[in-house]
Parts: sequence; structure tokens; C-alpha cells
Amino acid sequence: MNLWYTEDHSPHVRFSFRVEEHLYTATSEFQKIDVFQSTEFGRILTLDGYVMVTEKDEFIYHDMIVHVPLATSPAIEKVLVIGAGDGGTVRELTRYPNIKQIDMVEIDRQVVEVCQKFLPKTAAQLTDPRVNLYFEDGLKFVRQQENAYDLIIVDSTDPFGPGEGLFTKEFYGNCYKALNDEGILVNQHESPFYAEDARGMQRAHKSIMGFFPISKVYQAHIPTYPSGHWLFGFASKKYHPIEDLQADIWNELGLKTNYYNTKLHAGSFALPNYVKELLIHAE
Amino acid sequence: MIHSQQRAPIMEALQRYQAARVVPFDVPGHKHGRGNSELAAFLGETCLQHDVNSMKPLDNLCHPVSVIKEAELLAAEAFGAKHAFLLVNGTTSAVQAMVMTACKAGEKIIMPRNVHRSAINALILSGAVPVYVNPGVDDNLGIPLGMAVEEVKLAILEHPDAKAILINNPTYYGICSNLKEITELAHEYEMLVLVDEAHGTHFYFNDRLPASAMSVGADMASVSMHKSGGSLTQSSFLLINNGVSEGYTRQIINLTQTTSGSYLLMSSLDISRKNLALHGQEIFNKVIEMAQYTRDEINKIDGFYAYSKELINGDTIFDFDESKLSIHTRGIGLAGIEVYDILRDEYDIQIEFGDVANILAYISVGDRKLDLERLVAALTEIRRRYKRDSSSLFDHEYINPEIIQTPQQAFYAPKEILSLPNAVGRVASEFVMCYPPGIPIVAPGERVTKEIVDYIEYCKEKGCFLTGTEDPNVEIINVVKEADR
Repeated sequence: MNLWYTEDHSPHVRFSFRVEEHLYTATSEFQKIDVFQSTEFGRILTLDGYVMVTEKDEFIYHDMIVHVPLATSPAIEKVLVIGAGDGGTVRELTRYPNIKQIDMVEIDRQVVEVCQKFLPKTAAQLTDPRVNLYFEDGLKFVRQQENAYDLIIVDSTDPFGPGEGLFTKEFYGNCYKALNDEGILVNQHESPFYAEDARGMQRAHKSIMGFFPISKVYQAHIPTYPSGHWLFGFASKKYHPIEDLQADIWNELGLKTNYYNTKLHAGSFALPNYVKELLIHAE
Repeated sequence: MIHSQQRAPIMEALQRYQAARVVPFDVPGHKHGRGNSELAAFLGETCLQHDVNSMKPLDNLCHPVSVIKEAELLAAEAFGAKHAFLLVNGTTSAVQAMVMTACKAGEKIIMPRNVHRSAINALILSGAVPVYVNPGVDDNLGIPLGMAVEEVKLAILEHPDAKAILINNPTYYGICSNLKEITELAHEYEMLVLVDEAHGTHFYFNDRLPASAMSVGADMASVSMHKSGGSLTQSSFLLINNGVSEGYTRQIINLTQTTSGSYLLMSSLDISRKNLALHGQEIFNKVIEMAQYTRDEINKIDGFYAYSKELINGDTIFDFDESKLSIHTRGIGLAGIEVYDILRDEYDIQIEFGDVANILAYISVGDRKLDLERLVAALTEIRRRYKRDSSSLFDHEYINPEIIQTPQQAFYAPKEILSLPNAVGRVASEFVMCYPPGIPIVAPGERVTKEIVDYIEYCKEKGCFLTGTEDPNVEIINVVKEADR
């Protein structure tokens, strides 16, 4: 048998991996959910035919979306996570004893249930007592909050489908309002490489920098995302991600990570020229 | 029942025509799109294949005898009318056909002044004489309301020779007059009841909505199927009832309607009628729920007021269309038109219209929950970022007109051109209005006052799109020459 999963990374580029077993398929109220057992990447979750998380490379994404803000502001206690149904972001957050409250808002309950069943590697910590799960629209949740969080992590899907509200100006403006004066916003920031992803990235950057005095972009290499070159946004009312980096404090925590370290933290903000140009254009 | 509402005779005839692979040696010249490949690629080949001419198997809109007639009968049945006409020149043509069917030159028609421009245009065309009933005005919201029954009665007693009365059901904002009582009153005095239901198509298909014209025994109604009914832009129905003659109404329609009726528009009416007849209850339940959810969420934002049935006062607000999402914006210190512009320019959200104190977001079955969330979140942000003192805002939308001449007399009178401020005291020969909503601020035959000029300047300053005058910039206005008054 020769079973392959294929995803369009651009209208003219495809990415495939060999599938050993199609473990789950269903259409929820919001999207089509599939789980595959693959030879190379272990278990894979896809939504509407786009890879969200694989067992083999999820550590890169989750390291970078969580440890960068926490090493910048180790005093963070109250966190809002939007999206992130696979649980990987929450798993990394629960490693910090300082954190007292994690509110996670995921629109699709079924994604969480599927991940708890098929992806325990990422979803296991969703039962941590500090975690509150809200199954509702992220935009709706955040507009009702004011001056409430130290950190908001936007772990969204793409700027189309159920997550499209999370790439809008009204969303980032409401995030600004929901954060306190020392608040940090970190978001999944799409890729600079293929044209359509780059447009989403530019739009997000333009909206975020309109609200936050500090607005930076950093990068990571994620093999299963289109082009592998992926960006994150770091925006803050107070903290600069490099100047305020608390490397010693973070290293004393002794967290073992496979991708993130405090040297890479600073380096990840050094962007290739073509990305810098895209960002300047967006501004 | 003549035919099942499951049927769509015009669509079916077009399908038969396609299946027969007829060779077209008739117009249109694009010949099923083959002669204009760019247009076919842009609009879609199927679309152009159905853009065909009248012919025996497809009937003729000017004189329907087969499939169009069947579609008309099905529509009449669906709307509970004696007959329904398919119109392809907008609800404007339906309103004009109503007025011109009911009134000849010099005959009187009673109407509220907050009618759409199409009604007053019909007066210019026909020479009918308006008798205006001042609508109620809500001082808090600054919007014109429905007509009070007592005011209508006074107008009827004062003008017992009037031939008809025209009623908005509902207004753009969703407000309904006491249609049933006004209809009964008018019939007592042998006047026809004409109802502008440009914003009321859905009333016919859901029992939670206000009464429709046909349901209370009104004589004619113009129904914008392309608004809440889902058909293509510019397609519309004219409904008749009681003693109104089908043949005479058809003659009036044919005075101005095209002889090349578009089958795209007609089939869209046919298919949409079928859809509403079969699924209207469920569709508009959903729309009402979406509108109500959004209204409740918006009302949690301090400064915005999304109004609904609580306004009902038994008379000038006899009923309210809950599927409408009208929002009063003065509480955040912004004119409606300013919120309208910010939503589009900053948030990529296009709403139906904004006037000096309100916005209207049009909710339909095509809306998604996540889009409603975007609207609410954007309004939350607009409040956070723009809220200011509201004392400098204009607080009303309606100015009682002083009528000097009929619209037709003033429009065709010898005229002179004056700058707006210099026109104060003179009789307007043309319209000035914000579009949308298209309710004239001043209409031909009315005196231009300082209040009107100030209001026009204010609308301009706030960014309303003004239209109606020959001058595209609406800085100069045609007025009736003094000597000719």
C-alpha cells in the first residue's frame, strides 16, 4: 500500500508525507478534523486539510511561542491563550510554577477532545488545575476583557476559516485593551515566503504595530509548515524582547528545552533582509 | 393551489432551452458568452448562457402567457396577492407603477414625507399632487417614524378627494405604522392603499415579523425581493390586490419598463420566491436570532444603542422589524456616517448606511457568526478609540417641509441656479438627499430654509454622500424663477 497525505503549500507547490493509518476523520461545527499516523512525523493533526501539529516538530513551535515571552518577563502570572486546541502551548506554560492562571479559549471543543484522545503528547496538561478552558469565539472572549492579563498568546490557525477573526485589527485592538500596562502579546504570525502567507503576515504586523509601542517579529524553522520558515509576533506595552531579556533568571529555572535557548532567543529576532523589507512595506 | 411552490418555471424553461442546444440567431450578440470571452470568464459561462432573449418557449415579460405568467401566479400565491408582476428595473419602478396606476395628473396622494426618492420621482412623472403627513419623530434617536393614525385621518378628512395613500412598511430603520388600521380607514374613504415594502419582503414569510401589506388587505405593494429576499440586484415584485386591474397595471408598468427583460433577473426572482416559500420561516428565524444576538452584544457596549421592539408606542411605532440592526451612535460622540466610514476604512467592514445619528447593518441568512463577532468587536474598539463628547452633534434627521408647488410643477418650471446659502427662501426645483438612505432633505416644490441648508452642510462635513442636484458637488441648486411662482 502506498498512502500519502498531500497539502498545497502554495497554488503550485505541494508537500506530502507517507501515512500509515488514518486514525480519525470528522467534520465539526467549524471545520474538518483529521488525525493521521505518519511514518516520519508521528501523529499529525490537520484542520480543513492543513497541518496544525505533528508529534515530531511541534516542540519548535511551542518552545518559541511560550519561552520567548516568559524569558522576557518571568513575572508573568496570568495568561490568556487563544486557539491552541492541541494543548502544546498550555503544556509549555504549565512548566512555569510562577504562572497562576491560564485561560484557554478555543472555538472548537471537538478539536480539544480529539487531541486529548489522539495527541496526549501535546494535550496532557490541559487538565492542570490552573487551566480554564473556554469553548467560544476568541474575538468575542477578548473583547469582554479589560486590563486583565500579563500575556496573551494567539495560537491561531490561518487568516481564513474559523480563525480569520484572529487576524483582524479589531482583534488586536481588543487584545491591547485586555492586557495590563506591562502586557505582552505573542502571536502566530504566518510565513514570509509564499505570497499569500506573506500578505497575512503583513496585515497582522500592520495592525499590531498600530496599537503597541513595541512590536517585533521573530522566526523559527518549522519543517511541516509551508516553506518551513515561520514567524511569530512579539508586541508589548513595556518590555523589549532583547533589551529586557532575563536570561539568567530563565536559565536558573532549569527548564529542559529541545529548541529554545536564551542565545537563540536574541538571534531569532535577527531577520533576513527580504523579511525586513516586507515588514517595512507593511508599516 | 395552481402549482407547487417547489417549481421555478422560468428556471426550468431556461434549463430546457439549454438542453435543446438551440442555435442562436437572435440577440444578445454575445451568443451564450462565446462572443465575449473576457466577460464570460469574469461572470461565469453559466451566467452568460442564461442571458437570453424573449422567445416563445421563454415567454415575454411585457405580455406574459406561459412560463413568466406561471412564475407570476406562483409569486402571487406565495405573497397572498391577487397578482404579482416580475420587475427588472428595481423597486423604484414598482413604486412608480403604484403611484401612476392609482393617480393621474392633478390627483392627490397622501404620503409621509420620509418616502424614498422613487415615490417623489413618480410624482414628477405623473403630475400627482402629494399631501404630506408628517411622520412622528423620535427626539432621542433623531429618526422619522411611521404615520400616526390620527394624522392620517386628518389628512383624509381635509383631502377627501385624494385617490390613494402611500405607506412605508417598514422604514429603512425597521419602523412600521399601524398598517391595518390605516388601510381600513383609507378604504372607508375609497382610497387605494399603496405600500412601499422595499424593506419588507421577509414579512411575508415569517410569522414573528410585522404584518405585510397583502395580509391586511392593502391594494398594491412594491417588494424589493433583491434586499431581504435574496434575488439579484434590481429585481423586484409588484403585488396587487382587491379591485386593482391587472391589465391596466401591466400597461402602466410597460410605459417605462424595458422590453428586453433580463432572464438572469427574472430567474433569480423565480428561484428566490421558491426558496422563501419553502424555507422562509426557518431562514428568517435564523436572521432574527442573529440580529437579536448582535443587538444584545452591542447594547452591552456603553454608548451604542441598538434599538428594537421596546420603542413600540402603539401608533407612530406600531411595530418594529427585529431582523433589522439599526444602531444609534450619538452616545459615543460620532455621527452614524462617521462610524460607517471608520468601519470600512479601518476594519474592512461594509455596512448598509450611516446617517447623522444612526447606522444600519444589514443582517441576512448569508451572514456567519464570526462576521457578527467582527462587527461587535470593531464597535467595541471604535468606542475605545474614538469616544468623545456628543454635545456638538446634530440631533435630528427630519425637517418639516413647506410645500409651495407640486413636484412636477417645480421640476419643470423655468429655473435659476443659486449657491445653497443664497437659495434660502426660494422654492427648490430639484432634490437634495443623502444616499443611502435616499430620503430627500428637500424635494422639488419645497421651500429652501436656513435649517435645510445648515443640515446639508452638516451632512457634507460629516462625510455623507449627497446627491440629487444637477451640480455633482451639491454646492449650487436649481430653484424656481421668482417671476414664475
